[in-house]
Amino acid sequence: MAMTSTSSRSTVTRTEDWMALGTGIALLAAGLSRRATSGACLAASAAPFLYRGVSGRWPDIVSRGLRADSTKAALGGSRGVHVRESIRLEKPIGEVYRFWRQLDQLPRFMFHLERVTETGDGKSHWVAKGPGDVPIEWDAEIVNEREDQLLAWQSLPGSDVVSAGSVTFSDVRQGRSTQVRVHLQYSPPAGRTGAWIATLFGREPSQTIREDLRRFKQLLEAGEIARATPGT
Amino acid sequence: MRAVCWEGKETIRVETVPDPAILNPRDAIIKVTTTAICGSDLHIYNGSIPTMHKGDVLGHEFMGEVVEVGKETTGLAVGDRVVVPFTISCGRCAFCARQLWSLCDNSNPNAWMAEALYGYSGAALFGYSHLYGGYPGGQAEYVRVPFADVGPLKVPEGLSDEQVLFLSDIFPTGYMAAENCGIQPGDTVAVWGCGPVGQFAIRSAFMLGAERVVAIERIPDRLARAAESGADTLNYMELDVLEALRDLTGGQGPDACIDAVGLEAHGTTLDAWYDRAKMKMYLATDRPHALRQAISACRKGGTVSIPGVYGGWLDKFPLGTAFAKGLTLRMGQTHMQAYMPKLLERIERGEIDPSFIITHRIALEDAPGMYRTFREKDDACLKVVMTPGAAPMTPPDRGPQTPDDQALSAS
Repeated sequence: MAMTSTSSRSTVTRTEDWMALGTGIALLAAGLSRRATSGACLAASAAPFLYRGVSGRWPDIVSRGLRADSTKAALGGSRGVHVRESIRLEKPIGEVYRFWRQLDQLPRFMFHLERVTETGDGKSHWVAKGPGDVPIEWDAEIVNEREDQLLAWQSLPGSDVVSAGSVTFSDVRQGRSTQVRVHLQYSPPAGRTGAWIATLFGREPSQTIREDLRRFKQLLEAGEIARATPGT
Repeated sequence: MRAVCWEGKETIRVETVPDPAILNPRDAIIKVTTTAICGSDLHIYNGSIPTMHKGDVLGHEFMGEVVEVGKETTGLAVGDRVVVPFTISCGRCAFCARQLWSLCDNSNPNAWMAEALYGYSGAALFGYSHLYGGYPGGQAEYVRVPFADVGPLKVPEGLSDEQVLFLSDIFPTGYMAAENCGIQPGDTVAVWGCGPVGQFAIRSAFMLGAERVVAIERIPDRLARAAESGADTLNYMELDVLEALRDLTGGQGPDACIDAVGLEAHGTTLDAWYDRAKMKMYLATDRPHALRQAISACRKGGTVSIPGVYGGWLDKFPLGTAFAKGLTLRMGQTHMQAYMPKLLERIERGEIDPSFIITHRIALEDAPGMYRTFREKDDACLKVVMTPGAAPMTPPDRGPQTPDDQALSAS
């Protein structure tokens, strides 16, 4: 099952290894065939690609000494893309929190997700609908959890999508309503995953999160997601 | 099934479209027995409403029989005879809970469009553009009604379709407009526009205790009908409305003013021509002539109630006048569920028979030509009701040569 990919490197990452290797060899061949200073420079520029192709990671000088799939490295400080959205629901906080905490229920309102499987020990495996029916997958772990208040997570090393986020829940209007705030961070990746992220979030990343939250509210308050026609 | 479809500006056709199906747990499918063309449908016909798509099914005033219910549609059973509100409301969000049904948070799947335009989205509407949800409308043989456990109102056997159909929009809309005036005994209420909503606003103002209602209009048969309801009438083509209203109220002005005209007002004053010119050049979205006049006419401390539909950013809006006089402005789509049961009671008690406004009864198949007749106010047309399945006056299979198209090509 998909859980096995927890520790192995993903297909996307491996594809990028091969592409880097190919690019490196091509640059090396082109450079060496010129026998001039420019040729030497071209050949030298092949080095990082060859390194990535062989070792599976960019040389430290390229990634500024940080592992690209570490959330601390990719998202620390002001790095990465930050999305903040909030919504208010006419439901008690306990009910709202419990619904969100069932991670396998998230695809019901986050339409870009195919499934989320809790793999135990606070870890989970996420599968999203990628381009051309090839799924995008990653693993995440819950890093902070306070019942009826907070849920925070981050992606695990080896993920296609390096991301971290938190959802906070607070009582408003004397406990009659609940306010949900989402803070999502992700590091825009390159390659196929990058294209998927671009399609998903477009120029306005907060809009996708906003639509997810709107459907979350519809599901909890109205018991169903509003649809005008069968196709929607 | 057969349905009235919008095909473009001033082009309406009756077409065969797929039957609706239950999509959500709280849905119901209604077999339409009677439906109507609303004045606000003319805004769509005229091309004034954005985000209409070719083939969209029109209509938001309809009633019929329940033929199918979703698994969570409580309180409604197959065979029930119901009238359906034009707004779609979930009944469970903070707004529905406060009786602000037309501001429902959860019914518009295209809320993002309304948010892009207005910052927020209100309730979705049947058959009224994708901005308002893209739900197929009720000028059809069948309609899917979402949140059917809180929308449709069951109708007692003793009342005819024509007596209760207008509980779907214009009666509650006219009534809320009058209620928003906060009428005190002895008050004078002026009503701009004697279309269907204006007519119901006049009747409702009297029901709520107005001593005098003044109706402002230019079409003689509409003025005559307002007079039948007990209103004093002013034809703005023949006199100066502001002066006449001052004269009627001892120089004070009406206690409340109702703008039942909306964004496509006609007028004879300079500002009305200015609006028309700007709209022609796509520099303005609305022609708020009636609203300007209502604000100018209203007495100090009075209320201007706006059931007429506005869509954009108004030009030359006399907010200074409204401020100087300390006016209260009240507006918005009707909070249908808050009014339907009590207005049904008024109909049952015989206090009003809403069928008084009907001037035309046609088959659904004859809709295209009737849109034009209604828009032109030809043949004293005030309110059109349609029966799906009835034999058409014009043969239905004449292709594009509908009366509407003929009229278009002739112009």
